[in-house]
Formats: sequence, C-alpha cells, structure tokens
Amino acid sequence: MKYLEEFSDPVLAGKLVEQIHATVTKPWAMMEVCGGQTHTIVRHGIDQLLPDGVEMIHGPGCPVCVTPLEIIDKALEIAAQPGVIFCSFGDMLRVPGSGRDLFRIKSEGGDVRVVYSPLDALRVAQQNPDKEVVFFGIGFETTAPPNAMTVYQAKKLGIPNFSLLVSHVRVPPAIEAIMQSPSCRVQGFLAAGHVCSVMGTSEYPELAEKYGVPIVVTGFEPLDILAGILRTVSQLEKGEHVVENAYRRAVQDEGNPAAKAMLADVFETTDRSWRGIGMIPQSGWRLSERYREYDAEYRFQVRDIVTEESTVCRSGEVLQGLIKPHECSAFGTLCTPRNPLGATMVSSEGACAAYYLYRRLEQPAEVVTTGG
Amino acid sequence: MLPDPSVPDPPNFDGWVCPLPLRDHPNIVMGHGGGGQMSGELIEHLFVPAFANPVLGGLTDSAVFTLGEAKLAFSTDSFVVQPLFFPGGSIGHLAVNGTVNDLAMSGAQAAYLSCGFILEEGVELSVVARIAADLGEAARQAGVTIATGDTKVVDAGHGDGVYINTAGVGLVPAGVDIRPQRAAPGDVVIVSGQIGVHGIAIMSVREGISFGTEVVSDCAPLNGLVAAMLDVCLDLHTLRDPTRGGVATSLNEIAKAAGVGVELTESKLPVPEAVANACSFLGLDPLYVANEGKLLAIVARDDADAVLAAMRAHPLGADAAIIGECVEAHPGMVVTKTAFGATRVVDTPIGEQLPRIC
Repeated sequence: MKYLEEFSDPVLAGKLVEQIHATVTKPWAMMEVCGGQTHTIVRHGIDQLLPDGVEMIHGPGCPVCVTPLEIIDKALEIAAQPGVIFCSFGDMLRVPGSGRDLFRIKSEGGDVRVVYSPLDALRVAQQNPDKEVVFFGIGFETTAPPNAMTVYQAKKLGIPNFSLLVSHVRVPPAIEAIMQSPSCRVQGFLAAGHVCSVMGTSEYPELAEKYGVPIVVTGFEPLDILAGILRTVSQLEKGEHVVENAYRRAVQDEGNPAAKAMLADVFETTDRSWRGIGMIPQSGWRLSERYREYDAEYRFQVRDIVTEESTVCRSGEVLQGLIKPHECSAFGTLCTPRNPLGATMVSSEGACAAYYLYRRLEQPAEVVTTGG
Repeated sequence: MLPDPSVPDPPNFDGWVCPLPLRDHPNIVMGHGGGGQMSGELIEHLFVPAFANPVLGGLTDSAVFTLGEAKLAFSTDSFVVQPLFFPGGSIGHLAVNGTVNDLAMSGAQAAYLSCGFILEEGVELSVVARIAADLGEAARQAGVTIATGDTKVVDAGHGDGVYINTAGVGLVPAGVDIRPQRAAPGDVVIVSGQIGVHGIAIMSVREGISFGTEVVSDCAPLNGLVAAMLDVCLDLHTLRDPTRGGVATSLNEIAKAAGVGVELTESKLPVPEAVANACSFLGLDPLYVANEGKLLAIVARDDADAVLAAMRAHPLGADAAIIGECVEAHPGMVVTKTAFGATRVVDTPIGEQLPRIC
C-alpha cells in the first residue's frame, strides 16, 4: 500500500537511526503521547535501536487504557438492560469493570455488538426502532468527530432510540498534567499525529513555551517515529523548545475545520477522570446542552454510579511515565492480558500489554512461564 | 497422570482463567471458540479430564491409532461460519477441506467422511442444496467419499441457518510419524503460501469492508500437497494447518508441545498486500488471521530444500517459503526478528483477535 511499506523501509530507518546516534551526546527522556505510537515502537523494537540513555516514556494516549472504571461500570449497567443494543469498538469488550466485562454481559444474554464506526450503530438504531441503541463513545480528539457527527445525524434524522455514552478525552490538558507532576521526567514530546490532524497544532506552542519542552507532531509508521525522535533530540541538544510538524502529509497547522466545527457544536469541555491518573480539569468532552437528550448517562439514569480504582495496579504511574510496566510488582504475575488489573494491560496499545506481548524475553524467567 | 475415569471430579476452576478476564463466572464466552488460550484451557481442564484416555493425550488435529493392522488417523470438525457463502468458497467447501486437512496434518490421506447437518427452521431449501452441491464438489476434488450423514432441524432462532459437522478417517502411510512433539532445534519452518487470506476474505464480506482488491478465501484440500511432500521426504517432523488463530497460534502450540523455541524472520512472511492493508486498517496482525488452505511444515534442515522444491512444484505450494527455524533458546516461545533487527515475542492470542479502536 502506498504510504505503508514506504514508511517502514529498513534502509531508510537505518539512516535515521544513524543520525539519531550522531546527534545525541547525553541522556534524554521523551514521551510518545499516543498508544498507536507505543504499539509501533514496541512491535518493531524501535527503542532497542536508540542510543543508550535515550528513553521513550509511553504516554497516556491509549483511549481504552485511560477510560475510567466508572464509565465502564456505567456501560455494563446499560448493556445488561433488556431492550438495549449496546454497540462498541472491539477492544472495549475486554476491559474489566468492577466485576464484569462486556463479553460477560454478552454471554449472559445482553445484546452487545462490535461495530467499526458509530454510524454503523446509528444504522442499527434505524433498523431496530423498538430497541434502545447505545454507542460507547470513547477516545481522543481522533474518535470524537465521527461520534459528534453521529449524534448530529441522529438529531437531524429524528432517530429517538439512539444515544451515546461519552467519555472523550483531550490531549493538551493531559500534557499539562504530566508536566505539572512533581516527579515528571519528560523532556520532550512526540505529539499524536492523528489528534493534530483534527485539532491542528495551535494548542501546543503555549505548552512548549510554558514548560520548556520540544513538541514534535509525529506519525505512526516506523520512519515517522524515528523522524520525530530525531527532531526532538536535535532540539534538546540545541536547547530549543518549539513545536515542529514532522507529519505534514496528514497534519495541517489549522487542523480539520469541518471536524472542529462539528465538535464545537455537539460537545462541551468538562472535567474528566483518567483511569490510573485521576481527575484532570477540563480534559474531557461531554454532549452539550443542545444534544443532552442523546446522552446515555441521562437516558439510563446511571449518573450516580461511582467506582473506586484498584489500589494494587500502578497503571497511573505507567501512564505518567514514572515507571516502566515491568517495574510494577503485579506485572506478568497478578496482572496479565488474560487477567488484567488495569486497562493498560487490556488494549494491545496499552503500555503494559505491549510490554507483555513483545518484551517477555527481557523479563525474569518466572514471568515468562505465565504465558501458559 | 490422567485421573481415574471412574471417579468423576467436578471441574476445577482454580487453575484456569475463565471467562476472560474474570475467572469467577463459568459461562461460555466467544473467546472459548477462538482457538487461543481460552479454547486450550477449556479442552485441557474440562474435556480431557472428562474423556481421560491416552489417544486424546496428544491433542493433535487428528488422533492417530492402530486398528487391527491399520494405522489410522481420525478427526472431526464443526463449521459455524457466517456468511455461509463467501468469496472463494462456502461452508460446504470448508466442511470437507477442514477435516481432510486435519487428517493430512498427520500424513494421512482422507478416505471416508461423515457429514452431520444442523439446520434452522426456515432456511431456504435452495441454500441447503447449494451447500450440499459444494460438499460433493469439494469431496470429489479431495478424492474422499462422504459415506454417512445425519440431519437435524432446530427451531427458528435456535441456530444460525446451517451448521455442519464432519468427521473423517484415513490411512497413515507406513514409516510416517508426523506430530508436533517431533519439532527439534535446528529444524526449519516452512509455510506453503500467502497467509491471512481466508480470515480477511470472511471479514470483508461480514463487515462490508473492501480493501481495494477482492480477497478470495484460500480454502483448499491439502492432502495432495502433503502427498507430494511425503514423496520426497517420509520424515516430515510436524505439519499443521494454521486455521483459527493463524500461524502464530499454531507455532505456539508446536513450540510448547515440542519444548523448542521458534524464531521467525518477519521479512520472510508471505503476506499479500491486500491482507497487509486490511490488517493495518483494522489493527490486526496477519500472523493471527485464519487460513484454510495453507500448512506449516517443520522439517530437518537437510530435508528442507527437497521438501520446498516439491511444495513449489504443487499448485497449492507455489509460494512456499522458509519463514524461520526451531531453536534451543526460549523453549515454548515464538519470537520474530523485525525488519529493523529487533526481536519481539509472538504470543498465543487470548481469545479472539479484536479490532483496535484507532
């Protein structure tokens, strides 16, 4: 496919790796924000190719991982109700709530369906006018516009039996929260390219200036990642901290105006809890007043469900880059992809699952044997 | 040791994780049918103790045993695919080829099949007739006789149109001993052609997603290819058709059964462009996508050239390639060398592979 294998070329990758080695004179720690970037880094072993001391900290950008337990419990409550068709992206089905997951709800007779687009869920609603159809709208600025479009369409077409369970989150407040943490070690960011393809780059210069960190908008293929790393370490070595766009083929500075207009119409910012991290002010979106009748939390009266997170799981520290996944005592023993304590072990984009799948060779022998 | 069959024990749920990821509710979930770790646990902890016999102990695709003078392979498989008809085949073709291939993975030529239908009330007769015609056509192509059958009808809503079960027997030629346990360090791993095709073909029609070019299922009987391979080398160590769970799952099962490590070279994997594109789009890994007309062969390095040449001379093995080797390191584990020279673990999937959100 054009733009796939071209950006995985081992020879070009080798040249970028050489340039990174030639540029770096001291240790640096940078964070890739997006879970898709983490997946590429670990799947291709890109961090194994970097100079000693150059560290990739895996950021909080996996939408499955940061979705709070509370919203999962609300989803489970709604999906278990008779007369409900609950639609979701595939990997949310495995995320454990307090006592169950969506697979369990399905096995107990709940109508839980995997869809590939929220518009598919809207079609299900049209085809089943006697059922309540709910779509689980989670994710960052990337998945928010199609969800906004779906609610907009539901209202425009007058489809009363559709609603959205919303837990959208935004990247810039998360970067701010990470930089404000007293134990923060991050010196530069690979910003999430697809988020910027929607929102543009205008939210980042202020952050780069305020915290003195380079922010490089980066894509998702191996060469994209290496180019992002090269630009970040080049800035760090020169003592610079500006916003650069290393993903011009997808990201324009102004973003996608149509998507931004749709977001502004359908959503409003709100405080949002992040799994493992906690409340980050103004870090989320919810449906605006005009669309509240499509908000599943109101329609199904689940707003009073309150859930505490596990105390054993250190996914919050992983998400903030304070520890590596295998430095958690539960990693690979109490907590595995089959039996995850935290959401970072659930999604294949989650830092813990990525480590578990691809890095067990580096782990102590007793961890290796848990693969069973 | 197998437990005494005269003393039925209740299933012991402590040692296994079910259903995923919560262990305390013993319902069947979809992951139990995915061919991954959960399927394995169901078989190992629930079925094997209940059946308790040494023939079953090998847990291979087909059982191999002696009856009188004959060394027989015996296997069964059930087919619940949706849609019933897909690019490149139908549930009828799958039902014949699936069992023929399970027998071929022991080196046996399938001789006789049984065929059981579970039909849902309301299914059109013309649909059943098309499927029956496909079964007949596939049986003639594979050179196997459908010798007996059964039909049951269930109430509307209690089935999904048509389910089929087939079982088959075949003779294992003298001197042939093909089992997962025979994979040994130094052996090479060969795949007979392009991987991931069937799973993506099914997904493209089921989900209504197209990927530029139409992906057509690779559904085919592999007994002819295996016979061609045995013609040049009776001492094939291991054969496996990587259906559900794909190449990764099959190699993990072999690695664990034989106590060897498997090391793949990612750049050698024959992944067609349309499959690579679809997987990239859906967030799937071609190593875990189902095949229905491919086999993995593990053979001694000295035999590799002859076996590979015989495979490439057969229409179903034209794209055969060496994709890796068995090693002494990391026994029971499959790893792959990435194009950039790094190494990653290729694990058994837990349940079904799930499309990623973004």
